[in-house]
Amino acid sequence: MNDITVVPEIRPRATAGRPASQAPRDGGLAGHALVQLTLTRFREFLREPEALFWVFIFPILLAAGLGLAFRNRPAEVLKIATVTPELARSLGQDKLLDVQQLAAHAAEEALRTGKVALLVEPGPGGAVVYRFDDTNPEGRTARMLADRALQRAAGRVDPVRVSDRLMREPGSRYIDFLIPGLLGMNLMGSAIWGMGFAIVDARRRKLMKRLIATPMPRHYYLLSFLLSRLVMLVIEVGFLLSFGIFVFKVPMRGSLADLALLCVVTSLSFGALGLLIASRARTIEAASGLMNLVMMPMWIVSGVFFSAQRFPDMLQPVIKALPLTAAIDALRANMLQGAGLAQVSGQLMVLAAWLVVCFPVALKLFRWR
Amino acid sequence: MRDTKKMPASTTTAALRVRDLRKTFKDVVAVDGLELAVRAGECFGLLGPNGAGKTTTIEICEGLTVPDSGDVELLGMHWNSHAAELRQRLGIQLQETQLADKVTVMETIRLFSSFFRHGPPPAEVIALVQLEEKMNSRVGGLSGGQKQRLALACALVGDPDFLFLDEPTTGLDPQARRQLWALIEQFKLQGRTILLTTHYMDEAEQLCDRVAIMDHGKVIALGTPRELITSIGVEHMVEFSAGGAAKALEIPALRRMDGVRDVRTENGTVRMQVTELHRAVPALLEELERQGVPLTELRTHSATLEDVFVTLTGRHLRDE
Repeated sequence: MNDITVVPEIRPRATAGRPASQAPRDGGLAGHALVQLTLTRFREFLREPEALFWVFIFPILLAAGLGLAFRNRPAEVLKIATVTPELARSLGQDKLLDVQQLAAHAAEEALRTGKVALLVEPGPGGAVVYRFDDTNPEGRTARMLADRALQRAAGRVDPVRVSDRLMREPGSRYIDFLIPGLLGMNLMGSAIWGMGFAIVDARRRKLMKRLIATPMPRHYYLLSFLLSRLVMLVIEVGFLLSFGIFVFKVPMRGSLADLALLCVVTSLSFGALGLLIASRARTIEAASGLMNLVMMPMWIVSGVFFSAQRFPDMLQPVIKALPLTAAIDALRANMLQGAGLAQVSGQLMVLAAWLVVCFPVALKLFRWR
Repeated sequence: MRDTKKMPASTTTAALRVRDLRKTFKDVVAVDGLELAVRAGECFGLLGPNGAGKTTTIEICEGLTVPDSGDVELLGMHWNSHAAELRQRLGIQLQETQLADKVTVMETIRLFSSFFRHGPPPAEVIALVQLEEKMNSRVGGLSGGQKQRLALACALVGDPDFLFLDEPTTGLDPQARRQLWALIEQFKLQGRTILLTTHYMDEAEQLCDRVAIMDHGKVIALGTPRELITSIGVEHMVEFSAGGAAKALEIPALRRMDGVRDVRTENGTVRMQVTELHRAVPALLEELERQGVPLTELRTHSATLEDVFVTLTGRHLRDE
């Protein structure tokens, strides 16, 4: 038996006719595997018009639509009816009342069909009769306003002198409530969809298997998702918030740095959840079923469109432990109340817990082929 | 004596050596005690029907599948100790990889290039597989043949010493196949070692210096295509069909004829292995006339690897 040292440096081939490029690749940032992988993520995303719609346009449309539907109107003028010109004149003194003088039967008809909230009729001996539905708040208000107008017209002098100072401040409107909710929903959607679909698609195409057949470090592949997510985050959040600020004058009372941190933590947390969802699925159908299963309950209970407080107290601990609830509560506290990180530490802990649990489990389960 | 490893001298000339490889998936034995040695610089073909264990074998060699037992030595290295170094020196084309559709040819090659320490510039690799005109087209818009050439280009970006090609032309039209063959011929001239799997006998005959015929996870024959064909001892095949009269045919009489090695019947077609065509065919016609059997079709061809497979297993390569 011959004794031979075998060194792993066999390059057993002729060199004739080879392309003459044995030189190492030019280093350069653009040639780095992580940069190339991240660029590929962007290209795949940006060249998918539907993805662009769902990430950028849809939340704006939603905010615009809901903002318009639930906008705060100027103090409303109440419609009331009466049957005599004297009463109509006295009532007309109040600017909050829109008085129509109608014939008796027409006035009754208008009251019955809700076209007016109150019907003022003369009673016997100079008295006045108010006819209205006392279960209708508009009716009750109209009665108070009408009564005040008539009494003042008849010479009543209020014993206490009062004046009004009006406050219509942004921060307490529905749109102010909605924008942080949509922001949270968007962070969840793009992290979970963005990761889930791309990963499952690459697995289904056996592209992932092809990549691990190269010297690509595996963690680069996952890191490229993280990096592209963080860059996209800036664009996404910036887009939605500028819309809220410039169109609806939504307040930004908290520190922007804190808000950025909240967005990053939220995104990482949902990214980990997305990775977990996509860790084993082999078909787009299986993955999207799972994603909907995970996201749908949170859309409903986590307070995107209405306060999560509306659900029974019994459920509150569960609802509060959901990542979307934590994210939205924290975003609202920052934007609307100007809360600092210390005040949202509970929510940050919830988000961090999801990240710390999901990420290692996802890596453990992850199927590369 | 300073060295610790004892190995036969022949190790250094084999680019790939596989010993007693076994792999079982659930209850299916995919690879069953396989032995292989691929010499440096040769193009070696694994030929066999679907399900013979070709892909499992090649993926074990590529370090993508872990065998149940056995040993793979590649370029003098092993997967468990030199995986990173091996990855740098291999070019791999997998069966059925769909590259990302939205990304262009150039972007795809740049991405794959970025994983390797050395290698030609992306444009050069693209030129190598003749995709210059499609350089800025998206992968989704390429034809089947172009996609396959791009897959080949992805295998070449690291200037590999060893190239694994798993069914490189499956599903392509004849023209695209010939184009791909020409490219692979070119790689052979550049001195790369190639291991390819195929279930096309013509592909193996055309490209491979040596062929291992696989069936049920084992190598059942090994040699150059010419050696394998001569090993079955016949030069030619004669096939004829005798229509409805085939049942009446006296097969033993055909077997006794001069220069005939073997006779098989299959769905009304009779296949004869023949050593001397010019004597066997007239004798056959005479014999059929004597038996009163009408001849409806007669074909002859030189023996191929397909015939080798049929002779060894009694089955066709493409029983799909």
